[in-house]
Amino acid sequence: MKRLTLLLTLILGAYLIWSVEDLPEWGDPTSPASTYLSPHYIENIVEETSVPNLVTAILADYRGYDTMFETVVVFCAGLTVLTILRRTERKNKKVSTPRPQREGSDIILQNTARLLIPPMQLFALYVIAHGHHSPGGGFQGGVILGASFILLALSYDLKKTLKRFKESSMLFYSGLGVLIYAGIGVVCLLLGKNFLAYAAWSNFLGITELEAHSHGMLGVEIGVAITVMAIMFSLYADLASGGDLDEGL
Amino acid sequence: MILDNTILWQFDVLLLPMVIICALAALTIKDLVGAAIVTGAYSFLMCLLWTEMLAVDVAFTEAAVGAGVSTILLLATALHIKRKAKD
Repeated sequence: MKRLTLLLTLILGAYLIWSVEDLPEWGDPTSPASTYLSPHYIENIVEETSVPNLVTAILADYRGYDTMFETVVVFCAGLTVLTILRRTERKNKKVSTPRPQREGSDIILQNTARLLIPPMQLFALYVIAHGHHSPGGGFQGGVILGASFILLALSYDLKKTLKRFKESSMLFYSGLGVLIYAGIGVVCLLLGKNFLAYAAWSNFLGITELEAHSHGMLGVEIGVAITVMAIMFSLYADLASGGDLDEGL
Repeated sequence: MILDNTILWQFDVLLLPMVIICALAALTIKDLVGAAIVTGAYSFLMCLLWTEMLAVDVAFTEAAVGAGVSTILLLATALHIKRKAKD
């Protein structure tokens, strides 16, 4: 059986490598992918959305509906891990899993983390706020924010971190982010435009439609970041403690 | 404009073999904690490759999610289950 699998893998691998020959050149402007929609985006994005970062403009504006459900997927993944792993006190008596014990605390590690975390969080906020002008955006910024809490939990302990970022607030923020994203879309509907057509905000905020696109994207990115931050830390807290949120790695 | 990547092929020669080595190592290492760390290294190398292909946004995501958080999540999981893989 193992030999058959190896043979099949080799044949498939060889076939894939052989078919790479037919792929267009890297960066070829005449390849099918760069002749259909891409030229429109590249030529018109700044006039249509006033956002210089094409990636963010496509992600948060042209394909805003997709990105909303990507956020919902992250939200659902977090909830699933929580549902499967989270153990309450009552259930805890029945199951007791051995956990890796940590011995003592490391002063160098703790002080390094203390130095690192504030710049990390500031950088995350910068990444979120500048998502539509430079690389980055809600997902990346949210992950970095979540990682700063994970670093705190790794260098100190999970209980201390959970005092600062409670489980109830994790759940609250993970829902809040999705709500902000969908809420911005619903307001567009209420103002008489399509769902997530940010131009609808222009009269409401007293700005031009182009600026409304840019601000709408920023709002949506903030929503994504809040959800991703809360879910990343919640995933870590549940996976590292085995579900009882008592002690981490 | 097709980008001039004559300077970049040395990076390819350096990075691609390392990516392949990391991918094979992640599959073959029996110790799950080791495998998790090698997966993180693989992600970081992929991040460098994305940067080389000028896909900076993808590289950023790969660095934050792939090399950062998912390595930690894999490690956290690996420490809670049996460390040695049978196969």
